[in-house]
Amino acid sequence: MAMAVDMRLPTFRSDSRSVSLFDRKGSKDLVVPGDVITTDTGFMRGHGTYLDDDNLTASVAGEVERVDKLICVKPLKTRFNGEVGDVVVGRITEVQQKRWKVETNSRLDSVLLLSSVNLPGGELRRRCAEDELTMRSYLQEGDLISAEVQSVYADGALLLHTRSLKYGKLGQGVLVQISPSLIKRQKTHFHHLPCGASIILGNNGFVWLYPTPGQQDEEAGGFFTSLEPISLSDREVISRLRNCLLALSAHKVLLYDTSVLYCYEVSLSQQVKDILKPEVMEEIVMMTQQKLVEHEG
Amino acid sequence: MAGLELLSDQGYRLDGRKATELRKVQARMGVFAQADGSAYIEQGNTKALAVVYGPHEMRGSRNRTLHDRAVINCQYSMATFSTAERKRRPHGDRKSTEMSLHLKQTFEAAVMTQLYPRSQIDIYVKVLQADGGNYSVCVNAATLAIIDAGIPMRDYVCACTVGFVDETPLADLCFAEESGSSLALALLPRGGQIALLQMDAQLHQDHLEALMDAAMTACKGVSKVLDEVVRRHLQEVSVLTGE
Repeated sequence: MAMAVDMRLPTFRSDSRSVSLFDRKGSKDLVVPGDVITTDTGFMRGHGTYLDDDNLTASVAGEVERVDKLICVKPLKTRFNGEVGDVVVGRITEVQQKRWKVETNSRLDSVLLLSSVNLPGGELRRRCAEDELTMRSYLQEGDLISAEVQSVYADGALLLHTRSLKYGKLGQGVLVQISPSLIKRQKTHFHHLPCGASIILGNNGFVWLYPTPGQQDEEAGGFFTSLEPISLSDREVISRLRNCLLALSAHKVLLYDTSVLYCYEVSLSQQVKDILKPEVMEEIVMMTQQKLVEHEG
Repeated sequence: MAGLELLSDQGYRLDGRKATELRKVQARMGVFAQADGSAYIEQGNTKALAVVYGPHEMRGSRNRTLHDRAVINCQYSMATFSTAERKRRPHGDRKSTEMSLHLKQTFEAAVMTQLYPRSQIDIYVKVLQADGGNYSVCVNAATLAIIDAGIPMRDYVCACTVGFVDETPLADLCFAEESGSSLALALLPRGGQIALLQMDAQLHQDHLEALMDAAMTACKGVSKVLDEVVRRHLQEVSVLTGE
């Protein structure tokens, strides 16, 4: 059987075109490690800076942000720095006594306590020794969950909770990992897209795509996952969304429900597998950006 | 020197450079999407890739955890095809292990590890083509990768290898020149602090100062080039992300 194989030679990536096109805002205050930001001692030292003989100096490469007297440097790309209230998607790495360890693209594994999950059987159930022994039956190593950041420990580790029906174990779907700085902070990070799939845009850069569920079972407490076969059309929609997400992140476009949806609509003229070709990607992203500007600006 | 004339009477070296001249440096940051930070550098014919993961939870041996700062884990390796004679093991031999340790020491002096207690930062460097100054090129590549990963550092770490031939210090040695006395210096250029200094060969004490001066100048030269690379990268990416 003959197979159509797509082959290409390595080419030099040129960003010059997009640079000239979007060079509309003024130059930002960009610094590199070791750059002195100010010698004035009246400022407060924020993240990404340190004091070197009374000189406020940058320790990362990025953009200077001033809030009143506080000076921070925001690097272009880092691991996830969680804040209280952030929605995260994570993977269970360890089951310990009374707690799960969750990988959330953070500098340390996050903690999900047994006491901060909703167990099956209603809100007001007491947790007993038996629950500790059956923790693995609720969540085991490798399971994916969605959760919210409850608090941040002194060393930067995050404490999570899933005390709401919208959080809990994730069933069938696709995980896409992108840089946390590309997720736009919004009121809600759970979206049922009109194209037939749902999306969880975790603040930590983990994005979960799944078929829009029918009705929710309140008794399960978020640990029930449907294993019903997903129809081909739903799976196609999800694959297309995944490729759209990768295209947007490759061109560093902020991700939120509108940008994802516009990208999806624009990509409909292409086959799902073609979206990841560099030239198609560029075209789709350009059209998405145009659409965003038209509808918002 | 047997046969090979490292420095001609006119003051030119084997590859046509002057004594203090550096090789051509070309570098790129963010070459891999999967890693937290990555960089590729070419310094003359020496080529290296660096990849940084972290800071992340301690994996593997938990007992190495430090409760006041992050652990830096380095691995140096050379591609089997990097040298004229094919190598058997890319990493794990004595020389690579020693080089890994040197890299670890170098970056512990520059990275602000105390900000990430109980974490681990992995730095992997691979030499794709070896033509002298492997340690220096790896340090420069790793510096770019760490900056790309957004890990806080006091300053760049710039490294350079210098040699001493015919009473003249030579900057940025290539493989043929490295056989004589050579000194590797890793410097934090702005403050002039030394992160690592290494010399295996014999040298008269009187010459040391001249050699150190040449090394410092060369490192500062390298830092200028790296600075340009970082700023260009910063400009490119921030233009894309800006609204």
